[in-house]
Parts: sequence; structure tokens; C-alpha cells
Amino acid sequence: MTEVQTPPLTKKDFVSDQAVRWCPGCGDYAILAQTQKKMPTFGRKREDFVFVSGIGCSSRFPYYMNTYGFHSIHGRAPAIATGVKIANPDLSVWVVTGDGDGLSIGGNHFMHALRRNMDLNILMFNNRIYGLTKGQYSPTSEQGKKTKASPFGSIDYPLNPPSLALGAQATFVARTIDRWQKHLAEMLERSYQHDGGSLIEIYQNCNIFNDGAYEEYTGTEKLDNVIELKHGEPMLFAKDTKGIRLDGSKAIVVDMETHSVNDILIHDETNLDLAHIIANWTSSPVLPEPIGVIYCIDKPTYNQELVDQIDAAKKSKGLAKVQDLLNAGDTWIVN
Amino acid sequence: MGKTFKTIDEAVIRFAGDSGDGMQLTGGRFTETTAILGNDLSTLPDFPAEIRAPAGSLAGVSAFQIKFSSKDIHTPGDKPDVLVAMNPAALKVHRNELIPGGTMIINTDAFTKKNLKFAGYESNPLEDGSLDDYFTIIPIEMNKMVTAACEGLDMPPKLVGRTKNLFALGVLFYMYDRPLNSTEDWLKKKFKGKDSIIDANTKALNAGYNFGDTTELFMTRFKVEKANLPKGNYRNMNGNLATSLGLLAASEKSGLELFYGGYPITPASDILHTLATWKHFGVQTFQAEDEIAGMSSVVGAAFAGKLAITATSGPGVALKGEALGLGIITELPMVIINVQRGGPSTGLPTKTEQSDLNQALYGRNGEAPMPVIAAETPGDCFFAAYEACRIALKYMTPVMLLTDGYLANGSEPWKIPNVDDLEDIDVKFAHEKNSETDYLPYLRDEKTLSRPWAIPGTPELEHRLGGIEKAENTGHVSYDPENHHKMVEIRQEKVNRIQQDIAPTKVYGEDHGDMLVLSWGGTYGSCRSAVETLQEEGLKVSHAHIRWISPLPKDLGEIIIGFKNVLVPEINLGQFLRIIRAEYLVDAQGLNLVRGRPISALSIIETVKNTLG
Repeated sequence: MTEVQTPPLTKKDFVSDQAVRWCPGCGDYAILAQTQKKMPTFGRKREDFVFVSGIGCSSRFPYYMNTYGFHSIHGRAPAIATGVKIANPDLSVWVVTGDGDGLSIGGNHFMHALRRNMDLNILMFNNRIYGLTKGQYSPTSEQGKKTKASPFGSIDYPLNPPSLALGAQATFVARTIDRWQKHLAEMLERSYQHDGGSLIEIYQNCNIFNDGAYEEYTGTEKLDNVIELKHGEPMLFAKDTKGIRLDGSKAIVVDMETHSVNDILIHDETNLDLAHIIANWTSSPVLPEPIGVIYCIDKPTYNQELVDQIDAAKKSKGLAKVQDLLNAGDTWIVN
Repeated sequence: MGKTFKTIDEAVIRFAGDSGDGMQLTGGRFTETTAILGNDLSTLPDFPAEIRAPAGSLAGVSAFQIKFSSKDIHTPGDKPDVLVAMNPAALKVHRNELIPGGTMIINTDAFTKKNLKFAGYESNPLEDGSLDDYFTIIPIEMNKMVTAACEGLDMPPKLVGRTKNLFALGVLFYMYDRPLNSTEDWLKKKFKGKDSIIDANTKALNAGYNFGDTTELFMTRFKVEKANLPKGNYRNMNGNLATSLGLLAASEKSGLELFYGGYPITPASDILHTLATWKHFGVQTFQAEDEIAGMSSVVGAAFAGKLAITATSGPGVALKGEALGLGIITELPMVIINVQRGGPSTGLPTKTEQSDLNQALYGRNGEAPMPVIAAETPGDCFFAAYEACRIALKYMTPVMLLTDGYLANGSEPWKIPNVDDLEDIDVKFAHEKNSETDYLPYLRDEKTLSRPWAIPGTPELEHRLGGIEKAENTGHVSYDPENHHKMVEIRQEKVNRIQQDIAPTKVYGEDHGDMLVLSWGGTYGSCRSAVETLQEEGLKVSHAHIRWISPLPKDLGEIIIGFKNVLVPEINLGQFLRIIRAEYLVDAQGLNLVRGRPISALSIIETVKNTLG
């Protein structure tokens, strides 16, 4: 008898037969391609992956993945994915959402999925605009943004997804950029390896309604405005010409010509206080944009705790039959 | 002593007091004891939405009514024969409902100046003669009595005072000749480890009983003989427990583990509480962040192959509407329970109503047909929940089960069913491709029009579901006009085909006559009671009760034709009535009383008589 060896999966196995319908030049293409490329490297069976999305441009994603998928309703993907994960904790469950879907209409589910440490991989495509409804400002749009819905400039203040996620007790918070293909792949890998709720915020360019939103991090000057976080390494950026140190709890940028690397803050993914500080740099005009894993800790997951509770109950109470429950309590016989 | 026993067919008792007086507990104990004695019974708990309204206020009055009988009964009774009033507010709220000449058992210790004023009494009704001509008053200084009974116990007076509900219970047990032992055993279990509390309550209970025995106030005691119920093993059953058990039975019979995702809401929360204790059955309960997430998690769990359930009340169904539509277009099996309460908006959270029927049938965007089944008695919630699950799984569709606050909290003696006798639920997941090349998630079964159920984790059957219109068979996204029209029709036809699973409608009485009383849901008992009385009086009145409202049973049209008049009593402004008029072009009339409580049999009897002249 010869053992049949299944050939290893390739990117092709994860490409569905549906034509991709995003606008030419959309950042979503790069994310899709990288995800399809990365999936076979995890060594999991294809049928164990589930992609759940809400509504919006990014939410068409599941149709293009040849896995189990659910294109659901606006904002509810984390809640639907929660049902899938509880029902079958052996599945690898991915949520694809956007800044409008995940932070506005679905903000509550986003927050609570992370709070529970439900083992979901949340990919949040943040293009700082509503694309599918043709260009209104989103909860991450900068104040003053002029759109069809805000002809005099938006008076909303933007929110910062990593800060929200950290506030919700998330155990894995990372950020990457659609054009940083290698980095994106690395973040997908880290998210997959993380046992617990994880958020990857992906800066994604909408070339139709908000083109160039991230130009300062993706253009030629990118390294001056961005810091790539690496666990255990000093926080240097701008080709190591600048560094960050803490003045009390305040981060300041220092010139490396006048400072030693020993003065520089070392990134520690497991330090929640530090993670909050780093996440806040997004709102600062002088500090660099943090990219990479901001925070990552191990903590028991909701899905596993539920499995444990059920196992413990079964062990302590033994095999149960509904008939026994029906017959329980004060009963009497009528002859 | 010269006391006499009088045997009566039935009695209606109402316990009323402050929210903190333990009236629900007292009613519950009287019910259990009465059930074990073998009477038929029906109960109506009636409590305020406020957890602790100011003590002594009208808003804080909590009541519990029980009717028990040596005959087969269907309702908790209209007007009580005996009212136990623990304070002036309880007297004020309930006095007008007692039958003329009825008995009032009153805790006079609570009739202080402050309490009287709080209840809006300018003078003490026990002293100003305003009750004397109408009722038999039995005034008892309950606080003094329990203080005396508990003398010598090392217990603060405040805690001793709290045992007065057990005293009142003891008095009623004496009046109606019921034993104390089951309540004594219950106290031991309930307060295990708190010996002084067990002791005090037991003493209060016995003191009440003995008071009845020694006082000259009760010269007559009443006997209500065992009811002639069908043979079997019985227990007392309330609606929410019955619903929970029905779901669990469906889980066992289908071989699917139960997933429950929901958000706490009155009066449905007890279903969540109950299921949460059944982890050893593999039951997963998920308390979601909101109603929408509860429903969404159910859709996700159904996709992943669970028996997926949620329960809520009207405001929750409103929030769940969009995800319900998703369940309908993705054709996944799930059961949504609406324990109806008074509406609109927050409405009357602890009171009963039947006003969510329109919402159940039409409360979603688009053509979104959903099967709707309604339970008829507290114990029937078990069978209705089981049936809802069976149909959801057989036809691959969300099903809505309507119960209501009265059914959920009310109770009745319940003949324990044998799980083996329940209709089988046969679930087959898809394991193989159903065409030469592909898995077609929307290829249908010819008889039921259900689609196959391939769950994540199954090799080679990877597919995508979603809320955008599906192409026939393939399930791909489709904007094709012809396809959309066809899919709209198929989804409706699938619901219609459930008719083939609906048992024939039973008509109680002749199949023709002057009047058909047509009911659905929790008004079953009142309608049956009323029709029994009317038939005894020789009127040509029959009763038909409808369980499936969507789809309606095939035979209903023919039944209706046999009657000159049709009366539809409902606790709404005629929601089912309009369906009947539209579907069968019949000049049916409504009896619509929307007061947050069951429609009385009396009002149905009067309406029928007035109509028939």
C-alpha cells in the first residue's frame, strides 16, 4: 500500500473563480494577492479557513478567496465570525472589514470581539473614506475633509483604530500598509500565529475617492515619517538618523548625531503602557507613524475558555439525557 | 371547633403585596403544592418592571394569581375569590377585581398612616366601612404574629418581618386544606446552611396554618378534589422552561449541539439563564454585546453547523431584523423566539401582549418570508419550540416562534412527554459535490425546496454565502432581473410548502354553526374556556386554534366556511383578524383588548352572546 501524498497547497488553491471587481489601481488588490499567497504557507487545510466580511469595498474580499466565506451585512462581521468561531473553534476565522464597516456601524462588535479575546484575525482596510457609497468622510477621515457629505469640511474628529483596540483590551494590535508587501505578509503571519483576537490595521489607498492618503508613508520620503517597530530593538527611524526617547511618559524625537543608541527607547510588544503611547503617535505632527506590531500578549481566549467550561461540566455531571431533565423536579403520577 | 369542609370545583386566589414582600415566591409555593395534590391549575404572575419601586407605592405592587380546579381548566381565572393584600397599595390596585362577596385577607400591620397616604387613601379603608358591604374581610396582624412565632430566635426584627409571606401562605394552606411539608422541604433546600432563616420561615408558615385553625374567622374550609387528568407522570411547567427544554430536546434528537446567542431582555432572559446551566449537554450560550450581535452570532453558528437559537422580545426583534433577512437569503436554519410583551418601544416590559405578529410576519426589508409558529399554553411552549427547530432544519430556513409574557411566566400541570415519541429530526450535512464539477449550495430538494448544508471544515465544498442576491443553484452573486424574480418566488414557495408538515386543524365542537371562535397563541385558554361555557349553554359555537400562522394550514378556509360568524380575540388591534379577512374574504370580527393581560373568558362569552343576540 502506498501512502497518497497530497501535494502542498499553492496560491492558486486560494483563488476563487469569481472575477475581482475592485477599481483598477485599488489597494485591495495588493492585500488580496498577499493573503492568497500567504495562506498556503500556514500548513492548514483549505477547508479550515473562513473569511467573514461586512459591507463595503473591502468586504467583497471573501468572494475572491477559494475558502469558506460569508459576505454579510454592514458592520456585523465580527459578531457573525464570533458565532462561527464558538460553533467550531478548530476553524481559522478571518474578518475583513473597513474603517466605516468596522469602526462606525460595527464599532460595537469590533470592540467587544477584541475585549473577549475571541480568536479572530481582523483585517481592517483603512482608506479613511467611504468608497462603496461614493466618497463620504469616514470615522478615520481627517478633520476638515471635504466630501460630498461635508462640502464645508468635516467637523468630525478621527479615531485611531490601534488606540481603540488597546482600550478594548485587544491582545494583538498591528499596523501595516498595502504597498509594503513583505511587511504585510509578515503581519499576516504574526496574526495567524497569535492565539487570540488580533487586529491588523492596513493603510489602504483608495485611488478614486481618497487618492494619496498615505503618500507620506509610501512615497520616496517614507522612511522619514515612519517608524517600523521591532520587538526588543531601539526605536530608530529616518535611516537611523533619528530616534525616540521617553521624557517621563512623553515620547520625543531626538537626533542620533547628538544621542547614543543607549538613550533610545526599546520596543517591547508586551508593555501595554508603551503600546498606548506608541499608538498615540498617529495623532502627533512631529512623531513618526508607527508601523508593525504595537502590542502582543498571550491571554486565554473566549473560545477556549468556553470549550473548557463545557468539558468540565460534562466531566463533573456525566453524560446527560434530556429525558432525565424532563423527569426532574417535583413530579406526581396520575393513574 | 365546629369547622366545616365545603367541596368546590375550583378557586381563584390572588396574592398581592409590595415587590419586596415575596409574592411571586408565595404564589410559586402554593402552585407547587397544588400541582402535587393533583389539581389542574393555571397561573398568572404579574409584577412591575421596576426591580425595587419605592416600598408601599402603587407602582411597586406585585401580584400572583392561581386558579386551581378538580376539572380541566385553561385559564388562570378572571376574578379572584380570595385576595391576599399585604399592604394598602396592594388593596388599592386589586380591590376592584375581587368577585363581589369575595374574601380579603389583609395584613393590617402594614396599614400605617404613611402607607395609607402613599397608596392615596385619605382614610383607612379597614375602618371607614368602604369595604364592608362588598367583601368578607379577614384582618390579621401578620407582623405581630410572625414576631411572636419567631420569639427566641436570634434574628433581627427586620428579617423576622420578611417571613410574613410564609405566614400568609400558611393561612391559605389551611383554608384550602393543603399540606405544608413540600414547602418545608423546599425551604431547607433553598436556604441550606442558613438554619435561622429556615427556622423562622418554617415557624411563620406553621403559625399561619395554626392561626387559621384556631381563629373563629374561618368557619369553612374548602376542598378541591384531584382533577381527572390523562394518565401519566406530571410536573408543573412554565413557558420559558418549557421552551428551553423543547430546544434541548431538538438538539438531542437532531444530533446537533445547541448554540444560543442573545442579549438579556424581559421577559425572555430566563431562556438564556436556563440554557446557560446546561453546559453538560454541550450547550453553548453566548451573551452578546447587543441584540444585533446576538442574531449575527446565530447566523454564524448556523453557517458552522449548530442548532442556532436566539430569544428576545419585540424591541430585540426590531434590532435583529436585518440579520434575520440575512438568515433568510442565505437559507440557514435557525430559530428566533419572541416572548412578546407590551409595546411599542419599551412599552410594558413585564406585561403580556400579542402585538408583534405583524412584526414577525413583515418586519424586514424586501420580500422576506419566514415561517411563524405560536405556542398556546405554558407547557405547549415545549412542543412549539421543538417543532420550530424541526421545521427550520428540514426546510433550511429561519423560523420565528412566538410566545408571550403570560405563557412565559405562567404555569400549568404538564404531562411529561417521552423524548422517544417526538418526531425524528433528520439532519444530513453535505459531504460531496452535488454536480459533476462543483458544489452547488443552492441546488434544491424537490419536495421541500431546501438547499444543502455544507459546513466549514468539509473538504472540497468551499463556498461563499452572502446577503447579495444569489444565482439559482450556484449561489454566486447575481443582479440578473429574471433570477431575482425567481429567487423571490422560490423563497416564498419554500415557506408555503411547510403546509405539508402542518397537522390538520382541530375544531372543538361542531364543524358548522353560528360562531367560530378563532384564536392563535396565548389566547388559546380563554377561548377554549369561553367556548366550553357557551356550548354548555346550548349555543352553536365552536373553537379553532391556529398554531402555524405562516404558512396557514391548508384546511382553514374550509373550516371558516362552516360558520355564520367568526370571532378573533387577540391582545392587539386585530393583526390576525386582518390576515383572516384578507386570506379568506370573510367578514370576521375582532375582540381586541390590549391591557397587558390575558383576555378574559368572560369578555369572549359576552361578545359572542351580543353578536348572536
